[in-house]
Amino acid sequence: MSLLGPKDQTKPWKGSYAPYDLVKELCIAVGVIALLAVLLTVLLSSPDDKPSTIAQWSHELPVNFATTAATELDEKSGTAEYGPPYNHSSGSVQHFLFLHPQRWLGVGHPIDTAEDYVVKPLETVPNDPALRGALAEYKAAPETQKKEWAAAYAAPLEEYATAVEENKTPPSTVALDTSTGTVTVKTSGAGPVPTMMASLQSLAQSGGLEGGLVSSSQFFQTDYTKPLLFMADGGLLEERAEQQHLLGEQWGLMNETGSYPGQPWLWLYALWYQVEPMKNSPNGDIQVLLIMGVLSLAFISIPFIPVINRIPRWIPIYKLIWREHYRRA
Amino acid sequence: MSATTGPPTPPPKIPSKSWTVKVREKGVEALPPERLLPDGQPTYVASWIYVFGVASIASLIVIIASGVILALKGPAWWHETGVGHFFNSIHMWSVELFFFAMVVHLWGKYWMAAWRGGRGRVWVTGAITFLVAVPCALTGYVSQQNFDAQWISTQAKDAMNSVGVGAFFNLTNFGQMYSYHILLLPIAVVALVSIHVLLVRRNGVVPPFELEEKLAGVPSASRDLSGSPDPNGSLHTSTGAQGSPRASTGGGVPPASAGEQS
Repeated sequence: MSLLGPKDQTKPWKGSYAPYDLVKELCIAVGVIALLAVLLTVLLSSPDDKPSTIAQWSHELPVNFATTAATELDEKSGTAEYGPPYNHSSGSVQHFLFLHPQRWLGVGHPIDTAEDYVVKPLETVPNDPALRGALAEYKAAPETQKKEWAAAYAAPLEEYATAVEENKTPPSTVALDTSTGTVTVKTSGAGPVPTMMASLQSLAQSGGLEGGLVSSSQFFQTDYTKPLLFMADGGLLEERAEQQHLLGEQWGLMNETGSYPGQPWLWLYALWYQVEPMKNSPNGDIQVLLIMGVLSLAFISIPFIPVINRIPRWIPIYKLIWREHYRRA
Repeated sequence: MSATTGPPTPPPKIPSKSWTVKVREKGVEALPPERLLPDGQPTYVASWIYVFGVASIASLIVIIASGVILALKGPAWWHETGVGHFFNSIHMWSVELFFFAMVVHLWGKYWMAAWRGGRGRVWVTGAITFLVAVPCALTGYVSQQNFDAQWISTQAKDAMNSVGVGAFFNLTNFGQMYSYHILLLPIAVVALVSIHVLLVRRNGVVPPFELEEKLAGVPSASRDLSGSPDPNGSLHTSTGAQGSPRASTGGGVPPASAGEQS
């Protein structure tokens, strides 16, 4: 066994050789590919749609923002109920038979949605005695009371969202001032929550919430997990994605904005999401990844898989590839 | 009086204890220079399919060159300047060309059954390169700091989380994804491509089917005519069936074409 493995023991070539300049060929190839890339760049450029911001979201879809923020406080949002790696819930925990890797790997990026998305950002708002009082009241209350207040505030917003979704007349308990983007929720039993949520909406519309969500003990920030998950709980990203054909049912996994090719090499991965049972299974992701894991292993092992490694002999595409050779022979 | 003597006898070779010498000797034994950088290739290496291997490597070189320029200026540069956007576009299109060339290359190699004759590792390293290139591209998409990055990261996270990978590979963490994209995964891809190419240089380009079957019956003594350096240090020659004799410099394989032409 040599450094790089056994030599080719079976196929000594005793035929003729043609002159060949490896370095020249590589240089020409680099030149051609670079030229092709420049040509495609000049003709087609590349997509760069501006990112959505929380300020934009709270302005364009104020009720959706308020509803999402209420579910974060109520701990009923997608992120709040997700489970590992964000918290210990179980809403999005997947498994396959006895395999529970999501549970096994645990909470790597802890998020307490009520604290991280509402309470802590509001604590950064200066010179607002009403908010200070509301926050003090909220923080001093027992957990059950907090839940009751949050649920009482969220209920009318959820009714509003349902009515809009079903094209019905929205309930009068939620009022939207379209000129300012202010959402007012008429509800009783919500304690200090309406004051807190009004301040949160103002903070978001002023652009201050993004900073509040990435702040930690570090000055420099590179982790956008919290703001991204908060926005993903809302409706703005999805609305834009649908317009750009990026949803899962639109094979969005392999697309990108505009009419660009995206990641077509993910076609097989995206395909499994279009077929049952993965399409509608709560464990669809792990099922697809396990399928792709097995297929990837098979792909690597093709030389050693009986039948699969014989197919090229049976379907003589090689005669097309080496047609010059066979013609000469 | 002068004594007639032959050429001076070289001193007997004493195995060196130097690690450096051992690595050099192993390296030269596995890949002598004329095998590493050949100037001839078997005449059967004549098809357009061979172009896609070298095109994959050429695309990778353009990807790395454009990526280095983008990295030198930082991740925000391409959003703010036309020149930056130009280089980002080159980067993106060379990635598309890379995957296109690699997929055609892989299909070509499958239909040639290019793993024959002890070339299994060539296929394996090529296949793993493709699989590692996928997350390399994905981390690029989620590092773009635009809407694509927002949407792709928040959607793809569920797949990563479902198998537990999300606990330590967080698609919504820009800093982590950027590190993976511009350093860790490119190193893996380049290392795999390098091993792949060296293995191709080592094993040579797979010959056509009939040839393989015809020559499979060639006795081992005549197989040695393929050009392994003999104990006396001279190269065997291989007389071409159709052409002039030409030095064959491979150990049991022809002085094959480019590594990308496995």
